[in-house]
Amino acid sequence: MSELRELYQETILEHSRKPRNFGILETANHKAEGYNPLCGDHYTVFLDVKDGAIQNLSFEGSGCAISKASASMMTQSLKGKTTAEAEALFTKFHDLVTGHGNSAEEMGKLAVFGGVSEFPLRVKCATLAWHTLRAALRGEQQAVSTE
Amino acid sequence: MSTVVKTPRQVHAAGGYDLKKIRADFPILHQEIHGKPLVYLDNAATTQKPLAVIEAIEHYYRRDNANIHRGVHTLSERATEAYEKTRVAAQKLINAASSSEIIFLRGTTEAINLVAQTYGRKNVGQGDEVLITAMEHHSNIVPWQMLCEEKGARLRVAPINDRGELILEEFEKLLSAKTKIVAVGHLSNALGTINPIQQIARMAHAHNAVVLVDGAQAAPRMAVDVQALDCDFYAISGHKLYGPTGIGFLYGKTKLLDAMPPYQGGGDMIASVTFDKTIYNRLPYKFEAGTPNIADTIGLGAAIEYLNQLGLENIEQHESELLGYATEQVQKIPGISVIGTARQKAGVLSFVIENIHPHDIGTILDHEGIAVRTGHHCAQPVMQRFGIPATARASFGLYNTREEVDALVRGVRKVIEVMG
Repeated sequence: MSELRELYQETILEHSRKPRNFGILETANHKAEGYNPLCGDHYTVFLDVKDGAIQNLSFEGSGCAISKASASMMTQSLKGKTTAEAEALFTKFHDLVTGHGNSAEEMGKLAVFGGVSEFPLRVKCATLAWHTLRAALRGEQQAVSTE
Repeated sequence: MSTVVKTPRQVHAAGGYDLKKIRADFPILHQEIHGKPLVYLDNAATTQKPLAVIEAIEHYYRRDNANIHRGVHTLSERATEAYEKTRVAAQKLINAASSSEIIFLRGTTEAINLVAQTYGRKNVGQGDEVLITAMEHHSNIVPWQMLCEEKGARLRVAPINDRGELILEEFEKLLSAKTKIVAVGHLSNALGTINPIQQIARMAHAHNAVVLVDGAQAAPRMAVDVQALDCDFYAISGHKLYGPTGIGFLYGKTKLLDAMPPYQGGGDMIASVTFDKTIYNRLPYKFEAGTPNIADTIGLGAAIEYLNQLGLENIEQHESELLGYATEQVQKIPGISVIGTARQKAGVLSFVIENIHPHDIGTILDHEGIAVRTGHHCAQPVMQRFGIPATARASFGLYNTREEVDALVRGVRKVIEVMG
């Protein structure tokens, strides 16, 4: 049960119920689609990038609690960040949920996803929005897939 | 923690369905997952194997391993005999007219692909149609899409109603002189629906279409009689039948199989070879090129023998009681909807919980030791039909108990508590 509580922390459940920055971003100049064909999770990430920085971002779609909360908290932590900072945070987040590195302290609110590392099958849920973000930043046309 | 104990098998007295004895035959069931007894409810994905199967494979490799249908030595003779014995067991299991109508393949998927690539390529042309239903598994959709694309033919899909039942009148309307093949599942893996194959075959035959039945889910759950059903092809996977992975078989009517071109070329499928001409072997060997999966075929033989001892009618009744009990119990939980409420149904309980994604259900149930499948069950069009991304699916096997259903119900309540 404690492992489960680590995974489904209150913050995560709260974000999955009331995702932030949810919907289409009218000013977006980058967007990408992410899809997990095995579980059906499906998100689109919208970015408004100017002068090398993310002015605004949003997401829409559907999926499990982990993937939705991750997308929601990602959008919160990236507003105003440069694209280089966003790429760097992608790497740190990936390390956190796969149990590599000890970056939990520098992750701020995102540290709540540390529990995911105990559930290897759920890593792809936690990282789907982040992979989609990276594809949007890099202007990739193909929908990303975490399978 | 489980120790493999040699248990006397073949002791399940007629009429008495002794679950304790049956469960003792399945060593894998006796373990803990996350500190809780394993409750295995993912039998539609694959079933567990009784000791009889595990030991048959071990015995083959320890004592009888040799190539078959060649060699005059004793081991080859023993291997051939055991291999062919399974063919007869498979014939009897589905009441085929002859054992040469049984073709060993990797499983249902390969069986359907064989029919698409041989019968289909020969008989389906430009403007023709292949008719399937809206509840098919991807393995009974994609091979036909590939065939239709190649031939300029059209794939038609008969609709299902809100219960997840095939709408027979609509199905019949889609049949015409253009219909060359009807491909339909006997028992839906995502919904549990049992299709009326006899009626479907009668309607299809009236339009001179052949009928292929995907029997992957039905074969382990009910007595199948291909002659009574009057289907032309019937496909089965061994691993869903309490046998090994990588082995299954296709039943086909002799006159159809005889007229079909071979599937693959190689050894064993020939009568004679020169550089000018090859004469193909007789049935069933025409379709079994190369050294087959001998060990697992023998394992499958042991599985069929095991099912025969229990009696498929008894298994069917046991699972029907479990499904009824589980459906009743699960529906008492607020927020739960059962997906697939066909009047003729078996083995499968698909459900969704309001505002909780199936993937989260699966993780929390696993923590309670309960194995269920979550996702689209390789039936994405079914999910689209019901407007959901996925379901959680509990599927029952011959060894499941009412106590395990109770554990599932407790587990689902826990899911709601955690995600609440």
